[in-house]
Amino acid sequence: MPPRVVLVTGVSRYLGSRLAAVLAADSSVERVIGVDTVPPKPEIEKALGRTEFVRADIRNPLIAKVIAQAEVYTVVHMNVIATPLGAGGRTAMKEINVIGTMQLLAACQKAPSMRKLVVKSTTAIYGSSPRDPALFTESEEPRALPKSGYAKDAVEVEGYVRGFGRRRPDVTLSLLRFTNFIGPTIESMLTRYFSLPVVPTVFGFDPRIQLCHEDDGIEALRRSTLEEHPGIFNVGGEGVLLLSQAIRRVGRPSFPVPAPGVSVVAQVFRRAGLVDFSPEQMRYLEHGRVADVSRFAKEFGWSPRPTAQAFEDFASRSSGGFSGDFAAAAEQKILDALARRRTANRSAAAGALGA
Amino acid sequence: MPEATVIPLEPRDGRDARARRAEKAANRPEPVTPEPPTTEPAEWERKVAGALAFLRRRFTGDYEIDDFGFDADLTDHVLLPPLRPLYNKWFRVETRGLDNVPDTGGALIVANHSGTIPVDALMTTLALLDHHPAHRHLRLLGADLVFTLPIVAPIARKGGNTLACNADAERLLNAGNLVGVFPEGFKGIGKPFSERYKLQRFGRGGFVSAALRTGTPIIPCSIVGAEEIYPMVGNAKTLARLLGMPYLPVTPLFPWLGPIGAVPLPSKWIIEFGEPIETKDLGGPAAAEDPMLVFNLTDQVRETIQSTLYTLLMQRRSVFF
Repeated sequence: MPPRVVLVTGVSRYLGSRLAAVLAADSSVERVIGVDTVPPKPEIEKALGRTEFVRADIRNPLIAKVIAQAEVYTVVHMNVIATPLGAGGRTAMKEINVIGTMQLLAACQKAPSMRKLVVKSTTAIYGSSPRDPALFTESEEPRALPKSGYAKDAVEVEGYVRGFGRRRPDVTLSLLRFTNFIGPTIESMLTRYFSLPVVPTVFGFDPRIQLCHEDDGIEALRRSTLEEHPGIFNVGGEGVLLLSQAIRRVGRPSFPVPAPGVSVVAQVFRRAGLVDFSPEQMRYLEHGRVADVSRFAKEFGWSPRPTAQAFEDFASRSSGGFSGDFAAAAEQKILDALARRRTANRSAAAGALGA
Repeated sequence: MPEATVIPLEPRDGRDARARRAEKAANRPEPVTPEPPTTEPAEWERKVAGALAFLRRRFTGDYEIDDFGFDADLTDHVLLPPLRPLYNKWFRVETRGLDNVPDTGGALIVANHSGTIPVDALMTTLALLDHHPAHRHLRLLGADLVFTLPIVAPIARKGGNTLACNADAERLLNAGNLVGVFPEGFKGIGKPFSERYKLQRFGRGGFVSAALRTGTPIIPCSIVGAEEIYPMVGNAKTLARLLGMPYLPVTPLFPWLGPIGAVPLPSKWIIEFGEPIETKDLGGPAAAEDPMLVFNLTDQVRETIQSTLYTLLMQRRSVFF
């Protein structure tokens, strides 16, 4: 069954626009409607292809009209914003995330044409604490529910999505919990973090991190839009990197900040507009978070590239001061010196013997 | 040149050392020397080359860790070597029944816990890594306090340990790892000196249900000697509560002698691995839901360890020899 008409929210943002572009390029999709509060930038608009852009606020009942008139079959909800910097403040961010989702789902509930809902969520809902198992499965209850910010919004969004699922059992519901995104073009908390000239870390902690390559994120969303994959899935690369290891792989110096000073440093970075560290992200930098992604691989028959590979694609393009070549060259120099010394000793010994 | 302490830089995973070296040499870029060396590199030069390769790997982040954060490269080359003198010279650890530990596949090693700080866990790890024919890494399950402490938490994870919870235990066992657990927990490690050989309650038997669900054998392990390293004659309870610690030990030497008081007494250790208790045919995951079976099995393991402990005590000539 062709997915007919697809509506994508948050289409002016990076991932939303890329998904819309991919769907627009697929001939099995009849129409792609992109919704966002701000029009896409010209360069994004070009990539969107035949996507029809509707400037609408999903917080506004207008969205219901759009869904009903276009007989939307699939709604892909990607308008849950991770950083207040991009949304114009925390209040606006919460408004867009929570109220926006409520309005959108209310509109969806009234639309008889609608058969599928794909929601982009995050593994941040599991929180980060030292009392959690090493890997979160989809059924895991977090020990410490996120108390603020993006993660809390995502928890609330998931609550509304579950409620919608109960009221519209005929709609296929795919909830994708993504790990942190990384890649050569995406702008995320982590890409900005790893691009700092000196990367601050929390003293005495070295969290495990798990990453999802941006291209794989789009592919996962594309597959859930065009195929039938009901359920909740953790989406990310297999395997983990230690934060210290990742910083070394990107070739930058790190700067450990003792825990009591962390919030001050975080505020300085936020004020300077460098990296938007929220309290959850600070906890993430202490305890990390890794999700079990085996359910996704089994259901989709495909997996995002492993964490290390995803990071490599990012690191190779934004490598800092010292690189692996430098270390390898230094090692080689010392080994060569040793070899020369050995040859010299040998010939000296031979010379002494000859005399 | 004086003999330096030698830190082996090869991974100890039981494979043939020569094959490993050859493989490593093949992976390393060929040295571009002006002319081929006329002699074999001396032993110490190979060591230097190994140490340099290790440093380069650390510097560039070129090493693998598993999902739990276990960094085998670091564990084998940095974390464990300093403990070997303690194992060999200080405690003179004697191991028995190593053939009860399988060469491959998952198994749950359940041991008694004592000694104020978990030195017994480290010694058991070394016993299995150095003296077991398959040189197996023991993956320990630690209390959540371990993973809240700065510095300690990342080292614990890099050493292959994880939080004591059923999800992690089962995941490790299913992946064919050797998992170690001390069901006595803080009650065991912080027991007063007067009760040093008496096993505490074995928690809620979570380790038994993990073994039942994964169908892996339980290997009772008795450790004698850890009891005497820090004879805990007192417990500064109020101060401990203020610091958020389960207990604060007072020994005849600590805190009175400061850092010297923190040196463990050189007791003689024996670690005995008992006969495995097979759980494969007990009914699998369904059996794990049967509280009576779980309690009985927990008790059986506890009794086995306790009686072995008493036997070993009788065999040990004195605390220090």
